Amino acid sequence: MDPKTYKFDTISLHGGYMPSKNAGSRQVPIYQTTSYLFDDVDHAAALFNLEQGGHIYSRISNPTVQVLEERVAALEGGTAALATASGMSAIFLAIMTLCNTGDHVVVSSQLYGGTVNLFRLTLPKFGIKATFVKPRDTEGFKKAIQENTKCIFGELVGNPGNELMNMPEIVKIANEAGIPVIIDSTYQTPYLFKPLEHGADIVVHSLTKWMAGHGSSMAGILVEGGKFDWLKTDKFPTMTEPYEGYHGLSFAEEFGPVAFTMKARAEGMRDMGPCLSPQNAWNVLQGIETLSVRMEKHCSNALKMVEYLSNHKSVAWVSHASLKDNPDYELAKTLLPKGTGSMIAFGIKGGKEAGAAFIDNVKLASHLANVGDTRTLVIHPASATHSQMDEATLKLANMSHDMIRLSVGIEDIDDIINDFEDGFRAAEKPRLVANK
Amino acid sequence: MKFTVNKKEVFASTGGRPFDKKKPLIIFIHGSGLSHITWVLQTRYFAFHGYSVLAIDLPGHGYSEGPALESIEEQGKWIADVIDSVGVKEASLVGHSQGCLVVMECASQFPDKIRSIGLMGGAGAIPMNPELLELAEKGDPKAVDLMMDWAHGPAGHFGGHPVPGLHHINLGGSIVINGSVKNALGVDFRACDNYKNGFEAAKKIKCPAINILGDRDRMCPVKEGKKLADNIKDSEVEVIENCGHMILLEEAGKSLAILKKFIRNNHPVE
Repeated sequence: MDPKTYKFDTISLHGGYMPSKNAGSRQVPIYQTTSYLFDDVDHAAALFNLEQGGHIYSRISNPTVQVLEERVAALEGGTAALATASGMSAIFLAIMTLCNTGDHVVVSSQLYGGTVNLFRLTLPKFGIKATFVKPRDTEGFKKAIQENTKCIFGELVGNPGNELMNMPEIVKIANEAGIPVIIDSTYQTPYLFKPLEHGADIVVHSLTKWMAGHGSSMAGILVEGGKFDWLKTDKFPTMTEPYEGYHGLSFAEEFGPVAFTMKARAEGMRDMGPCLSPQNAWNVLQGIETLSVRMEKHCSNALKMVEYLSNHKSVAWVSHASLKDNPDYELAKTLLPKGTGSMIAFGIKGGKEAGAAFIDNVKLASHLANVGDTRTLVIHPASATHSQMDEATLKLANMSHDMIRLSVGIEDIDDIINDFEDGFRAAEKPRLVANK
Repeated sequence: MKFTVNKKEVFASTGGRPFDKKKPLIIFIHGSGLSHITWVLQTRYFAFHGYSVLAIDLPGHGYSEGPALESIEEQGKWIADVIDSVGVKEASLVGHSQGCLVVMECASQFPDKIRSIGLMGGAGAIPMNPELLELAEKGDPKAVDLMMDWAHGPAGHFGGHPVPGLHHINLGGSIVINGSVKNALGVDFRACDNYKNGFEAAKKIKCPAINILGDRDRMCPVKEGKKLADNIKDSEVEVIENCGHMILLEEAGKSLAILKKFIRNNHPVE
């Protein structure tokens, strides 16, 4: 006897949506509206006071966006989700929901550059400080926890260096400290890894990347695991104490396993408002419909690229956890059995100049500041996505100037390799001239 | 709020308003393995409209001290003890699933304390599937998955939670998992399976009753709900279309509207 609840691929297509409640429309309708009629004054008051569920204003919630939220919550195994205008706003909202002035967070040092700057420069303006720890330094996460630490934040596979956090061990450390773990799972998508099943408490995504997949739309989301007991200690007053903004409501008492999402929406969306447009939500939903088939191709192409790059004379090093000599190989086998993802970091012989020549001479691969497009993307992080980081922060992130970040697309692998050959040939020229 | 019943600490949500014993009291009683969280889309409304609300965590559930009570009869008696503990003479009771059995047992044992009863997915008996019962008593989380599968109608399986962003099945499952599958869900299922007094209790109920049913309910089907209502002297039945057993969440708005009308008529705010 087994439950007949729908499985991953079915949820990708149907999750969160019932045509019978939407005029029989097979496709999810785009509710392009700002606001929603109230039945009467009593109904309006009940909605504003969280006595009843429903939509008030599209900054807070929207029926098209709701489908996306429920679909991603279902795919991640979460109790609830809140979609946002971008991945960055999802991270900001998560931290602002959890923390007060004077609080502290422990953060992996290998993150998307924008996230590093959020923790390094922007959150301190709100009195929230961060300690950065190298992703492989598990003991370092433990040592960095202070009395006022409110969470551990990281990417399972760090951007751009591809180093893994030992999540099972870090979850144990967080559990001992009584703090939640927030994982940015953009690189994995729930197809490859479900952080909540491994003990994380909140998952954030930039849906802009593999989830949407087509490089067309900005979107983010936070997903709640529902297992963290906010009431166990008095460490999380933002979740447990009466909140003046809703007549003394304690989110943890009233909403339990969805308290975090309810607070993030009721306070965060109300006061900060990084809402997702229904059009973009719809675009992301189109992408999610094919998530499994795309991820499978992304991963198989990535493995072929890893092999190609590892054997190339112009490549100094390759970082991808599928490589047997990678320090994270065993951990990746355990945590990522369906694939280690389509992000590859590699060093090009000849350093920064060779890197620039390579990037300027590939034609199929796109040089841009994104990852997780269906198309192959390349960038030189030290001069682009991570250029606003100082030398010390770059070093902590283990980033070198010869590093090229590759997001492998789903084109024919022979065409990607041929394109790279052109890039490497061009990259070798200045080096050959210099050697003469 | 936390208070003491029979020398044990009990937690109840008051719906976001302070408990006031001068106001008419409604006690909400959750289903097997669940907690006060399931009632959030009913309790806040009543709490902000003149009532005092206690969405209780039964002993051994949510934030209430254990152990879980092993029979429906004990649970019914315990609800009467809750009423006494908070210093109130009478209350209306609202139950879901197993909570309906508890409501009926309490209303039949203590008719003077109960003003009206609202049932959601109420049946005269809830015999358990033996395999499900065994899994729950062993503490196997598969019992939770099966329960969530059977308990939810189309909205649970596809989507469309009344509160944007919430996921029916994962939320319901996490409430149970956050408690104890073995010591709360297993004990509850056994209590339901053992309980044979439902129809006799129903015949003794003197107060007005309503049974709100879902036409897609596989755990307490409509015909069983109607059969129960036939045994209660002053009762009515409302059936909500395309709704499974988790009526209070799947069709929170419709079930609240029915409950509002019923309670306002039978236990009005003076």
